[in-house]
Amino acid sequence: MNLGPITLGHYLSLGGMLFALSVIGIYLNRRNLIVLLMAIELMLLAVNMNFVAFSHYLGDMGGQVFVFFILTVAAAESAIGLAILVVLFRNRATINVEELDTLKG
Amino acid sequence: MLLAVPLAPLAGAVLAGFFGKAIGRTGAHVVTILGVLIAFLISASVLNDVMAGARFNATIYEWMNLGGLKMEVGFLIDGLTAMMMVVVTFVSLMVHVYTIGYMHEDPGYQRFFSYISLFTFSMLMLVMSNNFLQLFFGWEAVGLVSYLLIGFWFKKPTAIFANMKAFLVNRVGDFGFILGIGLIVTYAGTLNYAETFAKSHELAKLVFPGTEWMLITVTCICLFIGAMGKSAQFPLHVWLPDSMEGPTPISALIHAATMVTAGIFMVSRMSPLFELSDTALNFILVIGAITALFMGFLGIIQNDIKRVVAYSTLSQLGYMTVALGASAYSVAVFHLMTHAFFKALLFLGAGSVIIGMHHDQDIRNMGGLRKYMPITWITSLLGSLALIGTPFFSGFYSKDSIIEAVHASHLPAAHWAYYAVVIGVFVTAFYSFRMYFLVFHGKENFHHKPFPGEHDHHDDDHHGHAHTPHESPLVVWLPLVLLAIPSVIVGYLTIGPMLFGDFFKDAIFVHGEHHHAMKELAEEFHGAAAMALHAFTSLPFVLAASGVIVAYVFYMVAPSIPAAFAKALAPVIRVMENKYFLDWFNEHVLAAGARLLGRGLWKWGDQGLIDGLIINGSARVVGLIAGITRLVQTGHVYWYALAMLLGVFGLLSWQLWPSVLGPFMSGLSGR
Repeated sequence: MNLGPITLGHYLSLGGMLFALSVIGIYLNRRNLIVLLMAIELMLLAVNMNFVAFSHYLGDMGGQVFVFFILTVAAAESAIGLAILVVLFRNRATINVEELDTLKG
Repeated sequence: MLLAVPLAPLAGAVLAGFFGKAIGRTGAHVVTILGVLIAFLISASVLNDVMAGARFNATIYEWMNLGGLKMEVGFLIDGLTAMMMVVVTFVSLMVHVYTIGYMHEDPGYQRFFSYISLFTFSMLMLVMSNNFLQLFFGWEAVGLVSYLLIGFWFKKPTAIFANMKAFLVNRVGDFGFILGIGLIVTYAGTLNYAETFAKSHELAKLVFPGTEWMLITVTCICLFIGAMGKSAQFPLHVWLPDSMEGPTPISALIHAATMVTAGIFMVSRMSPLFELSDTALNFILVIGAITALFMGFLGIIQNDIKRVVAYSTLSQLGYMTVALGASAYSVAVFHLMTHAFFKALLFLGAGSVIIGMHHDQDIRNMGGLRKYMPITWITSLLGSLALIGTPFFSGFYSKDSIIEAVHASHLPAAHWAYYAVVIGVFVTAFYSFRMYFLVFHGKENFHHKPFPGEHDHHDDDHHGHAHTPHESPLVVWLPLVLLAIPSVIVGYLTIGPMLFGDFFKDAIFVHGEHHHAMKELAEEFHGAAAMALHAFTSLPFVLAASGVIVAYVFYMVAPSIPAAFAKALAPVIRVMENKYFLDWFNEHVLAAGARLLGRGLWKWGDQGLIDGLIINGSARVVGLIAGITRLVQTGHVYWYALAMLLGVFGLLSWQLWPSVLGPFMSGLSGR
């Protein structure tokens, strides 16, 4: 079966799918905060995928430079996220997302 | 000089009121009596000037100028004013002196002197005014002082009730009065008397907008409603009998001699306006006649010595009002003057009896006081004789003139009013001498006191013991004597110039063609002595004499007769004891109605509509909306994240829709 050359559309579809997957992950995950953080990382990867694809397609290196920035920021962000998670666990003795509803009005 | 007349008593009032503690009891009565004495002496000299023909009408001070409407303080001195000034200051002076004796045990001594001096000031401002604003100021100020003095013994609940009642009833009258003044300001554009009267004939042609009533009639009736409140005319008379809760000197000064006659004075002053409205005059006649007759009836059954005199005052005020209605303004003012003397005398005499009886006011507990209080006895006798209209006494001249004036009047209501005032003569004689006989003659009832005094005010320790009455001190009987003299002779001396001379020439205006009562009276008048001699054969004299005789028979010779009458006429007596159920009506219909209305507005309007619907209602709506929206706030992060994503998706779709789908759609339709 010949699927033809891999075009920009394929990359964008992959990015979209990853993004949708991570959104579903955020929404469906009711138990573990770590999974939620992972889903957010996945979301950023989906965005990175788009960046790389467009960068290649348009011949502009700026996009790939941005990817590095985003990866750095994402690493810092997940470090902070994990730190918050540790503090949260100390205070509440749980990381169950379902139970973290203090914002409820 | 003129300014000193009202200001001297004011200065006395201020000194006694604010520095009463510092100047002491003697200081308080010295400064106030001095102030009133100065006012009296100047008033007397003013009267002298006025009799020589002097007139004064000028503005002393301009308070403010509102769009052409000048608010001023000014004096108008003519015959009417000068006479009122002398009467007010003279009676006030007598009452001041009398008070030294009457109140000397009272802890509120300085306060009392301050109030009566303040009253004198207010009353003088009222009578000397040359404009409606100052008249209204004096009008309200005397009302205020009356309120303060009725409630002078403020620890007594009945006194507080009485002063509240006086204040509220007077508000009803004053409301009419201020409406009348408002109409004058609106249509005449001025507050000044002279300017208003100059325009009176123009005003008489106007019609009250939106109705078919004449403007002048509406204005006059409004003004007269003010007079009804102040001068205690039916049906606004209910406050006056209750005002007897106050100390006796003020009953004499305010509720008999001066303040209650302010209404009579005002109507006389407004005679150029009232003359133009026959309807208003008829109204006045009817009200006056009702008051004169029916309040006299009530005097018969009262047992409190002060209340008898109070109902007699009501009845006499009715007489004055009838005279006003008959266009005999000068007769009304003449009666005002004679009445001021003899009624002040009667009240002070009653006060003297009350002192003698150690503050017991029930006439059934008295009797035979003639022996113990000779001066009080003789002066009260003179006062009573003057009141019932014995020929040659002052009351005779004024009352007989009123009856004649009503007889001569051709207004439709005059016929009816004539019968009322003639029967009133008999009633007056009867209740006056009933009181006189019960108090000064007959059995001495005070040894065992068959009736416990209901109206005692001082909680002194005299009660319960039978005490022999004693004559009152000099400061008490001296005013009695000084008032007895004018009560006897003033009518004889002044009837000529006041009624038929030109003393009131430019103060009182009578429309001679329409209202010829005064003209007919003048034609029949042949000197004061002749009038008195002629009176011995006239109907009023016969009635007065029979009233005295009946009173004598009933209460001296055969006391069983009134008891039998009381039994036979029990329902009538019951109605009268309840004062024709007017108090009941006021309390249960008017007051209860007002309370019901107030409660309705409070419950429904305030609590229901404003608090419930507008204030709490808006809060409830906010709460309801918040209650719905808070369902969205689950507190779970993933919901927020999802909402954010969906929001971004929605916004982007909305923004990009045409550019993404537009070509596609046009491609579809183009195909």
